[in-house]
Amino acid sequence: MHEGKPRRKFHPVYLFLALPFACLLWVPLYNRIEPALFGIPFFYWYQMLWTVLGALCIVPVYFHEERRRK
Amino acid sequence: MNANPVSLTVFLVLFALVACLGFVATRWRKADLHSLHEWGLGGRSFGTLITWFLLGGDLYTAYTFIAVPALMFGAGATGFFAVPYTILMYPVLFLCFPRLWAVARKHGYVTAADFVRGRFGNRPLALAVALTGIVATIPYVALQLAGMQVVIAALGIPTKLGGIPNLPLIVAFLVLAAYTYVSGLRGTALTAVVKDVLIYITVLTAIIVIPAQLGGYEKVFSSINPKALLLTPGTSDNLGQGFAYASLAVGSLLALFLYPHSLTGLLSSASSMAIRRNAILLPIYSLALALLALLGYTAVAAGIKGMPEYASGFAAFGNNFAIPALFLHMFPPWFAGVAFAAIAIGALVPASIMAIASGNLFTRNIYKEFIAPGCSPAQEARAAKLASLALKLGALFFVLLFQTSYAIQLQLLGGIWICQTLPAVLIALYTRFFNPWGLLAGWAAGIAAGTAMAVQLGLKSSIYPLHVFGLTIPCYAALSALVLNIAVGFAISVILNATSNAPRRDETAAEDYV
Repeated sequence: MHEGKPRRKFHPVYLFLALPFACLLWVPLYNRIEPALFGIPFFYWYQMLWTVLGALCIVPVYFHEERRRK
Repeated sequence: MNANPVSLTVFLVLFALVACLGFVATRWRKADLHSLHEWGLGGRSFGTLITWFLLGGDLYTAYTFIAVPALMFGAGATGFFAVPYTILMYPVLFLCFPRLWAVARKHGYVTAADFVRGRFGNRPLALAVALTGIVATIPYVALQLAGMQVVIAALGIPTKLGGIPNLPLIVAFLVLAAYTYVSGLRGTALTAVVKDVLIYITVLTAIIVIPAQLGGYEKVFSSINPKALLLTPGTSDNLGQGFAYASLAVGSLLALFLYPHSLTGLLSSASSMAIRRNAILLPIYSLALALLALLGYTAVAAGIKGMPEYASGFAAFGNNFAIPALFLHMFPPWFAGVAFAAIAIGALVPASIMAIASGNLFTRNIYKEFIAPGCSPAQEARAAKLASLALKLGALFFVLLFQTSYAIQLQLLGGIWICQTLPAVLIALYTRFFNPWGLLAGWAAGIAAGTAMAVQLGLKSSIYPLHVFGLTIPCYAALSALVLNIAVGFAISVILNATSNAPRRDETAAEDYV
């Protein structure tokens, strides 16, 4: 069996999945105290915010996938 | 410490309830449990919701809930790496694992090594992947039992009942072993639901009640040593703690889904869309984990380390005692009972999945492959049940005979090892470029280099400083070993692909992956 599959074209919606990596792996971006939120330093609340944003980034890709399967 | 009768009663009632549920599960979605497919994968029938509970119970273990806050308690900001790690694993889950699910469904693969065997037709490579999975899982199970030990001690249950040391742990373990043996993954999935409800109740209460009692998060953070609050920034000749932090997150997330227990959870879902939906829904656990991590700081602010009543606990378990002590100090006794039950059941669920997953690996990739190739489905299921039992016994003896620190060190090595199966499993989902012998050589190189780095660090840390042209790069050993692994695999594959015309034995086809 050979690898002659109909290659899926890259769709820009997949770039959403790269966003959390860019925003969390460049640590100097958020390794700071200010601005604090309710007394929580930036370092902590920024990353906690990304638990939600990270999930939201997957949503448009999910809908794209769902459309593609129909 | 004396046992508080209220906490103890609440704990025992909840624990007994969950144990019963584990046995009742044989009747749930009734099927013939004498087949590995049914016993070890729940018949690949779980929808979005059950998969959510199962994977949540699987990935966020009791040990996580004790160790992550303990790391924050002891080391500060570095311990928070668990948060980016658990955020970033979901895009990877979304992209890669529906592919693996699809090809596994098509060909009836139960383990990652099954896939490797099918994709490359190379038995030594499949064996290497299977053995890595089993060896990496044993200390993981042992750590769950160790987490349970901490809770048992915090409840004040004497560790020596009727002259038998560790009797409570042995009893809890027997419960686990019995219901896993009888119900397989079904039992685990049902108990996972209860575990998660209890964990969420505990976490929400803890993060609202405890900081309020201490005067708000501002007070909590001001009691932390300012140096520990942030990572040490890099300098011109050292990339600093920030790089180590990011490399830990990436290395850990790559390792996580290669662990046999995560794959078992994923392959048991009924559709690839259920996996994709879970990539969106599972991050709720990451938020809970982040809030729990902050409890480590709350424990510092509460000053529990200086309290004489907890001194013996800290002496026995180190910083892992921080969260149980915080709960004892801050919660009324009945709620402390709920919280400890949540952690103890939180240990049962992943330990059970891990044992099932290793049982599957042993049966499919060692027993059936090398010992009894013609075995019937019933024999196959029996072998998996017995193997999972043996694995749990091994983990129990490990915890009873050795100090917890050995389990932690082996777990650290296990993470480095399991990461080295990535090229053969994940990269192979996308390309057939790699030659199986090249992958095997890369795997060996990665395991050797990763182990050497960890041993040089005295097995105390996994951040190995690499020196490149006068620049110090502190990097998670699993990740640097993986880079070497891929490089070796690539180089050998280039040579072998050019020189050998041995036919490829790939039983999968491109359309199986969609």
